[in-house]
Amino acid sequence: MTDQIPAEYALVLAAILFALGLAGVLVRRNILFILISLEIMLNAAGLALIAAGARWGEPDGQIMFLLVLATAGAEVSVGLALVLQLYKQFRTLDIDAASRMKG
Amino acid sequence: MLDTLWIVPALPLAGFVFLALAGGRIPRTVIAFIATATVGISALLAIAIGVTFLGLLPQEASYRQVLWQWVSVAGFEPAIGFHLDALSLVMMFVVTFVAFWIHLYSTEFMIEDEAYGRFFAYMNLFVASMLILVLADNLLLLYLGWEGVGACSYLLIGFWYHDSANGRAAQKAFIVTRVGDTAMAIALFLLFVNFGTLDIQAILQQASESIQSGSLIAVAVTALLLGGAVGKSAQLPLQTWLPDAMAGPTPVSALIHAATMVTAGVYLIARTHTLYSLAPQVMAAVAGVGALTLFIAGTAALVQRDIKRVLAYSTISQIGYMFLALGVGAWGAAMFHFMTHAFFKALLFLAAGAVINALHHEHDIFKMGGVRHKLPLVFWTFLIGSASLAGFPLVTAGFYSKDLILWQAWSSGQGQAWLWAIGVATAFLTAIYIFRVVFIVFFGKERTHVEKLPRRPMTVPLVVLAFFSIVSGFVEIPPALGGRHLFSSFMSSALPSAAVEESHTTELIFSLIASLLALAGIYLAHLFFRTRREHAEPDAGKRLTRFLFGGWGFDWLYDRIFVRPFVWIARVNRNDYIDSIYGGIAALSRGLNTVFSSTETGRVRLYAAGIACGSIILVAIALLL
Repeated sequence: MTDQIPAEYALVLAAILFALGLAGVLVRRNILFILISLEIMLNAAGLALIAAGARWGEPDGQIMFLLVLATAGAEVSVGLALVLQLYKQFRTLDIDAASRMKG
Repeated sequence: MLDTLWIVPALPLAGFVFLALAGGRIPRTVIAFIATATVGISALLAIAIGVTFLGLLPQEASYRQVLWQWVSVAGFEPAIGFHLDALSLVMMFVVTFVAFWIHLYSTEFMIEDEAYGRFFAYMNLFVASMLILVLADNLLLLYLGWEGVGACSYLLIGFWYHDSANGRAAQKAFIVTRVGDTAMAIALFLLFVNFGTLDIQAILQQASESIQSGSLIAVAVTALLLGGAVGKSAQLPLQTWLPDAMAGPTPVSALIHAATMVTAGVYLIARTHTLYSLAPQVMAAVAGVGALTLFIAGTAALVQRDIKRVLAYSTISQIGYMFLALGVGAWGAAMFHFMTHAFFKALLFLAAGAVINALHHEHDIFKMGGVRHKLPLVFWTFLIGSASLAGFPLVTAGFYSKDLILWQAWSSGQGQAWLWAIGVATAFLTAIYIFRVVFIVFFGKERTHVEKLPRRPMTVPLVVLAFFSIVSGFVEIPPALGGRHLFSSFMSSALPSAAVEESHTTELIFSLIASLLALAGIYLAHLFFRTRREHAEPDAGKRLTRFLFGGWGFDWLYDRIFVRPFVWIARVNRNDYIDSIYGGIAALSRGLNTVFSSTETGRVRLYAAGIACGSIILVAIALLL
């Protein structure tokens, strides 16, 4: 197992993916793209978990990633339901339109 | 008979409670009947009790009735109890008797006032408070009456509260007397600390046994009590409230000045005379205060234009005579003058009220004139009252009582020549200033048309009080003029009589001097204010006139010393600097609220950015530390 990809590479990739996802969340106004960006962030975290698990030769990382996947599934179902409601209310997918709860 | 004593103060109190609750809903005749009847029955009871009490003398010099325990805390056990002796009997009689006639007079005088029930409720409470004051057997109950009288005077002086000047006069009376009341409260604390009780007789008993003459405690307590008495009785330096108290209805002035309130100070000193005998310095101060006050008020009365203000200054002056008598140890003489003064001063006020009422509420004596022909009865009764006040020799009560005071101011142990000289000089002034009013108001040509003639409820009290203004003097006649000592022998059962050197010729000469001065004063008044009336009006441009008109500038002085600095401090501290600490805390949290609530934009992406920044900062901190 000496020709393994070094763990650092995987972690850097994960960090880049996470940053891309975060940038997407902050920059995009379309709520669908925000959800997609959130998925990217989740997967970035998952990648980091798996890379760490492989580095130490432990199964914990993969188990954690299974949990993350389940959570992501639940999150997406709730998220899409909210998107539908939002669209019904505001006739748009622009997240900034739903800012009525400002202080 | 004596056990009905409690009913005397209870009846006016019941009248007050009833009128306060139902006064607005019952017809005026019923209000008048209840108010007058309660005081009237009290007066009858007081007379009956007095007769019974006289029958018991000299075996029993005092009677005590304890109704119930008021408080009981750690040995402090004041009772609701009444003490009757010669002193409180005279006070009780005069208060109820004079108050009854004033009530009767008011039923007519106030008939057009919309707040008829309120007026009589206050009046009844006033009488009840004064009766509690004079009958109380302990100082706490006395203080209750004392404050009750003060509160009622506030309510009645400001009775016509729609005019804010009346409200200010009421506040002035209340605040100025409050200064004295504070001194008196401290005196009560001192007495309780030293004697462990507030029971008057017990204190006097213990004091005469255990306190050295001139010791610190005696001086402190009597000086503080004098402070209270000076405030209530409108003596120097707290006399300024009384002329302004004329803002109230005229019957109120009569009640405050004749029977109640202002004599409370005289009563307090007479009641605690044992303590004062132990503090000769304070006795001298009492006499000095009296002498100065009577002179200052007497001169101020000379130039007043308002008929009621003349009478107000005359009251201050006459109470000054009583203080002078108290100060030289002539306790009986002070009470004698209190009694005669109550009759003739009530008479003068009521007669003045009748004139004022007849002339559309005109107070300025220089707009009156010639009233004699239209109101003959008022004229004659006012003349009798004035003669009594001026000390017209032999036939008036005021002559006998003032003469007794002047004689004892000279001859008693503490008496001094200058006290007598001031007293006699002011007696001369008294004759001038009161007959000035008589000649200007009742003689000369008519200036204001007489509108209303007083009816029977107003004239009967005048006649009765005029009768007593003459007759009440005959109970005490100096030995040089026949000698009769009904009053002083009666008083001696409660108050020690002054040690007087017996010299009938000297006394006769002194009486003669006083009489001649009184007659000379009347003649001078006639000369200046009847025959040369056109020059009689005081010239407001003259400095001396202005000085006297303002009551020797005490109001001016107090305005500079107390009122203005206080107002200035209040204005400077308008924003209340202490309070700004708490205001600052509130403003700070309100500001933070504004800052933080501006971050609540409702935009999810901003929140996400915030979370991201926060996480980065936390991680950075964790890495760096």
